[in-house]
Parts: sequence; C-alpha cells; structure tokens
Amino acid sequence: MTVYLPIAEMSVSIFLLIGLGAGVGFLGGVFGVGGGFLMTPFLIFIGVPPAVAVASTANQVIAGGVTSAYAHWRRRTIDMRMAWVVVAGGFVGSVVGVLLFGLLRRFGQIDLFISLSYVILLGTVGTLMAIEATRTLLRRRHSTAGRRRLHEHYWMHGLPFKVRFPRSRLYISVLMPLTLSFAIGVLSGVMGVGGGFIMVPAMIYLLGMPTQVVPGTAQVQIVFVASSATLLQAVQHQTVDALLAFILLIGGVVGSHFGSIMSQRLRGEQLRGLLALLLLCVAGKLLVDLTLTPGDMFTVVTQRR
Amino acid sequence: MAGVGILPFLLLALSWGFLSWGMAARPAAAEPLTADVSSHLIAITTGFTGSDVVLFGATDGPGDVVVLVRGPEGQATVRRKGRVAGFWMNVQSVRFDRVPAYFAVATTRDLNAFTSPAVRQREQFGTQFLRFDARREPSQETADRFREALIRSKTDEGLYADEVGQVRFLGDRLFRANIRFPANVPTGTYTVDVFLVREGEVVAAQATPLVVSKIGVGADMADIAHRYSAVYGIIAVLVAGMAGWLAGIIFRRN
Repeated sequence: MTVYLPIAEMSVSIFLLIGLGAGVGFLGGVFGVGGGFLMTPFLIFIGVPPAVAVASTANQVIAGGVTSAYAHWRRRTIDMRMAWVVVAGGFVGSVVGVLLFGLLRRFGQIDLFISLSYVILLGTVGTLMAIEATRTLLRRRHSTAGRRRLHEHYWMHGLPFKVRFPRSRLYISVLMPLTLSFAIGVLSGVMGVGGGFIMVPAMIYLLGMPTQVVPGTAQVQIVFVASSATLLQAVQHQTVDALLAFILLIGGVVGSHFGSIMSQRLRGEQLRGLLALLLLCVAGKLLVDLTLTPGDMFTVVTQRR
Repeated sequence: MAGVGILPFLLLALSWGFLSWGMAARPAAAEPLTADVSSHLIAITTGFTGSDVVLFGATDGPGDVVVLVRGPEGQATVRRKGRVAGFWMNVQSVRFDRVPAYFAVATTRDLNAFTSPAVRQREQFGTQFLRFDARREPSQETADRFREALIRSKTDEGLYADEVGQVRFLGDRLFRANIRFPANVPTGTYTVDVFLVREGEVVAAQATPLVVSKIGVGADMADIAHRYSAVYGIIAVLVAGMAGWLAGIIFRRN
C-alpha cells in the first residue's frame, strides 16, 4: 500500500514509513533521545528531498517530545526555570538555523553542510560518550577508584549574570545554558533534529545538572525548539510534509514506548556505550559517503514557476 | 485505467468507420491527422501509483506517428561535485531555463528508420535533442556536459524517456498508444504533440493538452502549505503535539 506525500511529491509504501518510525522510535526510547538524528538520514536515503526530510523530521520530533515531557511533568522531574532559559536560547537559535538553511540551500551547499554537521557532532558526542562509558565500566570492576567530586569549578563559573536554579541546586551564569541552547537551536533549524542527543550530555557534563531532572528539562526544550523550527520551515520554505510526519509519528510513539520499557532492563553505562556505538556508526557512514568518489558527479535541483 | 481507455477508442473507430462508409464516394478526408487522449486529467490521489493514458487517432493514409509528451517548463540547477580538502562538494553550477518537468517519446518504430538527424533535431524527437536555455554558460562545452547530466538525471528519475510506449497501427489508418505516467509525475499542464511523418518529413501535427493535478486531501494540503503557510505550520505543530499528548495518556494507563 503506497501513500502519496503531497509536499515531498512522491509515493512511498506506508508500511515502510511506519516501520521506519517504529524502528527509530524504539532506538530513541531505549536511549532516551528523540531519534531525529537517525530519522533525517534515513528519509534522505529512501529518496525524500533533504529539505523536506529536515523540516518533516522537526515536525515529527514534537510528538515524541510531548509524550515524554508529559510523563516527566507528572513525575515532577523538570527544572522549569532552566527549561524557560533553554527554550529562549533554543528559539533564537532555531530562527538563525532556518535562515542559515535557506542561505546554504541557495548556494548549493546544504547537503554538504548537513552531512558535515552530522559527522562532527555525532563523532564528537559518540567519542566522548564511548570514553565515559568505558571508564565507568572499568571503574566498576576496580571499585578502589576514587569518588567523583561533587562540584567542580572552572572558567565558566566566572561568567556574569549568575542565576539560581533551585530545582537543579545550581548557581551558575545564565549565559551558559543560553549559549548551549542557542547552538542546539541552530542545529535543529539546519539539521531537523531535536538536539536531545547533545543536550542531555551537555546538561550533565557542562552545566552539572542532577541526572534525574536532565531528560525532562531537555524534552521541554526539544518540544519548543522543534515547534518553532517546524513553523519557520513551513513559512520560509514550505518544506514541512505534515502527512509524512504524521505517519512517522504513529510508528514512532509505539516504538518509543517499547523502547523505554527495554531501556529499564539495561544498565546506564551499557546504554551509553551502545548509544555511543550507534552515533559513531552513523557518523562513520556519512564520513565515508563524503570522501568516496560519488557515482554521479552531477546533481540536479529543479524549481517550478 | 487501460480498460477505461478502450471505450472511447472503439467509439472513435466506429464513428470513423461510419464516416468513411458514408463518404465513400468522396475523396479522402481533409484532415490528415486526428488524435485525442482517453483522459485529459490525471488525478494524483493519496494512493497514486502512476497512471496509463491511451492516445488514439487516425491518419488519412499510411505513415509513421511520433508522440511527444511534454510536462510544464521550469528552471533546473545542475551542480558538479569536485574534491575539496578530501571531501566531495559542489564546485560548479549551471542554471537552465525552459526545462520540461516531464518528457516522453512514443513512436511506431525506431526513429532512426524513418527520420533524418536534422529532422529529429528540429522537432526535438528524443531526449538528446531537447533544447534548454543555459544562463551565463561558461563555455559551450561546459554547457553541453551539464545538459547531458541533466537529461541523465531526469532519465534515472523516470521523468524523461525515449521509449515510453509504442504507437500501434490497426489497419493503415487507425493508431493507438499507451502512455505510462510514473508515480512521481510532476503536476501541471502537459502537451501531447502528435506528428505524422511521411518520407522523412513531418506532414501534419496536432497538440492536445493534458492536466496532471493533485486531487483530494493531498492537493488541499499542498495548496494550504503554499498559500497559508503560517496556518499550515501551526496546524502541523498542533497535530504532532496533540498526537504525542494522546500517546502519553494512552501509555500511562498501561
């Protein structure tokens, strides 16, 4: 059974899309991330134009974000003050991201930029997580290793505009979460990702937030940033295929539910190790594609009048 | 779709039969070529997987028939990749105007058998004879290479085809052809040009319009997305948000 996607202007098997949504949703649920960073490359792979893939993934990411933000809100595991700060930074970032997207598309470098961003980001985050997970696993074996310091001070704590975040038990400069969320907002505009896979480690390692409030707070930010990216892409480029997004999210919500059940059976460092492996695989694949001699040197983009 | 197409063809055949019978005493009909398509509208619905259109017609005697199907014209940017610091990136681009979104040829037999290269070039019989206007082309050689790449890319997408179907004669005056439109056929106004070729020269030609249009929910969505893009964006965000919230409630009960 095929379905005609009105914005992507192509017919695709509906089961392929639901399966894709479920598969990515499952992985997202296992690792506690939105899965947008996997969805965009897969959609491009099945022939969806990159611009439509990016914008529709942003739209689809909203659903999963709302589901888990709602669950965290009921469990009171969201730092609302921090959430508003990162939403503000993320919003401005996504505006810049969508404008940057349009500019790069005009110069014909959008595909390269998306691929390179993925390689750099997934590669960096994947490597860091792999190192961290290996260390934790080793430390667990040799339990003599010293206990981690509760709070570390470095140059970032010297920045002005300090604000108290009681829920996270933090007193830090508001510039830190603002800059961080701005950068992730730019990414979500350009790459169509929610940014959970960077936001979560950044909140833990850079901001020093307590682990239990991180996923919920990150999800609130993802919902708002993905919403503003969707809206901006719709207005600026008319590339949001709502039908594509809707079919994907049907599979996605079911997949992510079973994924999160699965995640409770795995240990934290095992999860992080597996996620790191997954990120490195995607980055490696994209890097190989960028450096291998392409089968066809030419690409064609048509514009309608 | 093919079954639907046979009925008008039979009707035409019948009427043609009556006509020639009634006018048996007179000389041959004045029109050397008459042709029409079974449907002037290809509707792209949500379950669209491509469509067949039957072209049928009559000539005033033996000859060869060439059918050209042309989609709406637009711009195309062709980019060439080059190696920069180990990575492949777009380094050169040429923009073409008047590029048909779709182009297909159907003939009675191999074009080389009954037309000269000059005629094929003049009448654009075949994808390699398509004429696009290159903007600010660096050189003729570059423009030609990019033109070839454009035609190759469109052919790979199934949007350009040199042999989309065969024109078959039934007797020596009636002909019909099945034209296959793929699932990714672009929307817009098409022209179906039918040529009658005798002794290597085009002796008659006729053009018929054909509209490819999105119909139903998909069409409305695309229309709203372009005309009321802000409203569309807000609805897209709300639908996704509500779906996620609903899922949250359903899975909470489990």
